[in-house]
Amino acid sequence: MQRRNSRWLIGAGLTVVGALTLSACGSGSGFSSDTADSGGELTSDSSQGLSILIGSSGDAETASVNVAVAAWSKDSGTDAEVSVASDLNQQLAQGFAAQKPADVFYLSTDALAGYASNGSLLAYGDQLANKDDFYPSLVSSFTYDGKFYCAPKDFSTLQLIINTDLWAAAGLTDADIPTTWDELATVSKTLTTGTQVGLAVGGEYARLGAFMAEAGGSLMNEDSTEATANSAENVAGLEYAQSLLNDGVMAYASDIGAGWGGEAFGKQLSAMTIEGNWITGAMKNDFPDVNYTVAELPAGPEGQGTLQFTNCWGIAADSPNQAAALDLVEQLTSKDAQLTFSADFGPMPSIQSAADDWKSANPTLVPFLDGADYAKGVPNVQGAADVVSDLNAQLESLKTGDAQAILDSTQKNLEALLK
Amino acid sequence: MSTPARTSRRSGIRGGEAASGWLFTAPMIILLGMFLVIPVLMALWVSFSDWNGRGSPFSASVSFVGFDNYSALVGGGGLAEQDFGTALRNNAWYVILVVPIQTMLSLFLAVLVNRQILRGRGFFRTAFYFPSVTSSVAITVLWLFLFSASGAVNKLLAFVGVNGPNWFNDPSGVLHNLLGVFGVTTGPAALTGNTFLGISFWEWLAGPSVAMSAFILMAVFTTSGTFMLLFIAALQNLSGDVVEAAMMDGANGWQRFWRVTLPQLRPTLFTVLTLGLIGAWQVFDQIYTGTQGGPGKTTLTPAYLSYQAAFTNQAWGQGAAIAFILFVIIVVFTLFQRFLLAERKVSARRMRLYVQTPTAGGSK
Repeated sequence: MQRRNSRWLIGAGLTVVGALTLSACGSGSGFSSDTADSGGELTSDSSQGLSILIGSSGDAETASVNVAVAAWSKDSGTDAEVSVASDLNQQLAQGFAAQKPADVFYLSTDALAGYASNGSLLAYGDQLANKDDFYPSLVSSFTYDGKFYCAPKDFSTLQLIINTDLWAAAGLTDADIPTTWDELATVSKTLTTGTQVGLAVGGEYARLGAFMAEAGGSLMNEDSTEATANSAENVAGLEYAQSLLNDGVMAYASDIGAGWGGEAFGKQLSAMTIEGNWITGAMKNDFPDVNYTVAELPAGPEGQGTLQFTNCWGIAADSPNQAAALDLVEQLTSKDAQLTFSADFGPMPSIQSAADDWKSANPTLVPFLDGADYAKGVPNVQGAADVVSDLNAQLESLKTGDAQAILDSTQKNLEALLK
Repeated sequence: MSTPARTSRRSGIRGGEAASGWLFTAPMIILLGMFLVIPVLMALWVSFSDWNGRGSPFSASVSFVGFDNYSALVGGGGLAEQDFGTALRNNAWYVILVVPIQTMLSLFLAVLVNRQILRGRGFFRTAFYFPSVTSSVAITVLWLFLFSASGAVNKLLAFVGVNGPNWFNDPSGVLHNLLGVFGVTTGPAALTGNTFLGISFWEWLAGPSVAMSAFILMAVFTTSGTFMLLFIAALQNLSGDVVEAAMMDGANGWQRFWRVTLPQLRPTLFTVLTLGLIGAWQVFDQIYTGTQGGPGKTTLTPAYLSYQAAFTNQAWGQGAAIAFILFVIIVVFTLFQRFLLAERKVSARRMRLYVQTPTAGGSK
């Protein structure tokens, strides 16, 4: 018996060694990983075409990006191919691990820190010709460790969406559009009936955080170096939201049988909601009969506030043709391209020079863009996504919870990330 | 096994057998090695390294960090430990409920459709087996519809006057809710004050959340058909004479099942329980397609947490460490279960039931 065991071990050992040798051959340069120096010269192997990986919201976006990239490809003479990711984070991670990432890709704020810190990303922000045209708050969202990593692709802000028919039915006029917290509470109460609640929001930081911003708070300071989650301002913001919930004039979308605020609003389960400009597409496709208007969120004790969400065009440090990639990104973030994107699938341009054109093309959505002046970004420190999802889990029971205790635990978790 | 016998076998007419044996198994060994053994060993290395997801995990820039990744999970005191504790808590409740229920149900169904007297046995077998052949993603989507706030299940409950919960959005624990009915809403200080893996004992005892309960129902619904098939196969392999003998001895149906049929099913029971345990500890696709850990992290499971840590948070070492802790848990549970189900000598107390003493035999 002894013998048989040892033979088996030898066999298995040989297999392992053999397979290791094989896999070592396959991985090629895997053992001599060289980190591209982001400050130096860009690679420009013009024999290589570009691959572009996007996380698309739908056919309209895919088609629009395809057209824009094809136009650039024709002008520049460099091949470029767009592919749509089914799971962007996973496909990016696989690409980086194999050192064969897409050259250009969508990148979210919460994924930035992870990829930036392991050297996967090219910090090309300062080399952009249109660098100064981006909204400063967007630039800070994509600045990690003092380096501006990638060009903001577009952005969205949260504002108040109002059902005009229900508004009129409750006897309210344009003059009643709330500008303060007290007024919001009052109109929410007026709009709350047996079949609908005044205001429905998603029960998560990405919506309730707007109240925290209105109270003058945010989870972290501007450049994500200090945690400010349990500040008195944030507590005041959450407690205001809590009071609306307990008065029954505001409800979480999930508690009234909707997946998100837009669905609750579209199904007329609520007369108002707080959502970003992506709601326009959902209203057009799913609830074309609901009439609505967009108003700026009411000001809190510290003035106006809202949250902004954005993505950027990442360029891989391992890309063989970074120069072409940079040129493509400049093209895709140009005024014309961004206005076309906006017309095709709705996001707001990330550059200030396109603002006036966008406002005149979308007169009813102006409040969203106006929000850019006072919007706050979400934290982009590595691991922040985890902390925010923990905060979200706790916010689900905000109604009966203790705002201070919830924010204290978030503060503790954020501080742990900064160590 | 004596040495001379071996030598003679090698040098004799059958000398080439060992070599050809290896030759024939080599393709599979290489394939398994390449796609199973090597990746597992690589993952083991990653769990002990600070690899950050870029390039090869064996490159010079990756270093050995010992048990750092593991200790962050089981004693770090931070969010990682808390999440891991929560995931283990959720999955433990899932296992505790799913494994026994699905085993009992599948055995019950198997006995039911194995009866000669049942009409349309084929139909019932197909019907019970059907959920098992449907993809778990499709069933999850179906479940999300059925258990939505205004879904079919709640309509049905409303029909009998029960106000159904908002299933997939209700993070409250079932046990806590039960206690709440009796006015107990906070636990004693001994339970709330002390923690294990970052969450208090009171939270460990919360029971599965309402959302997790829906997943538990789903697991039972989808897997009992598969296990029913295993039990049917085993039942049909049992020879009838033992049961007949028991019948002659005057055992009633219940006794025949417990004392005669069930002990003979022990090997199948072991298979079903082992597969059930492994499957239940590895629950992933329902969570990934369904709730992604929400509401309130109450459907977070270690398998999903491992994926999330690696792919979305770039904490590759931690993700691999979770996977290996899960591996150890499964192995320990399987061994424990094997110990419980092992064949043992009949205890003296039990023996009395079988040994016919003159007096007992006469008094029947």
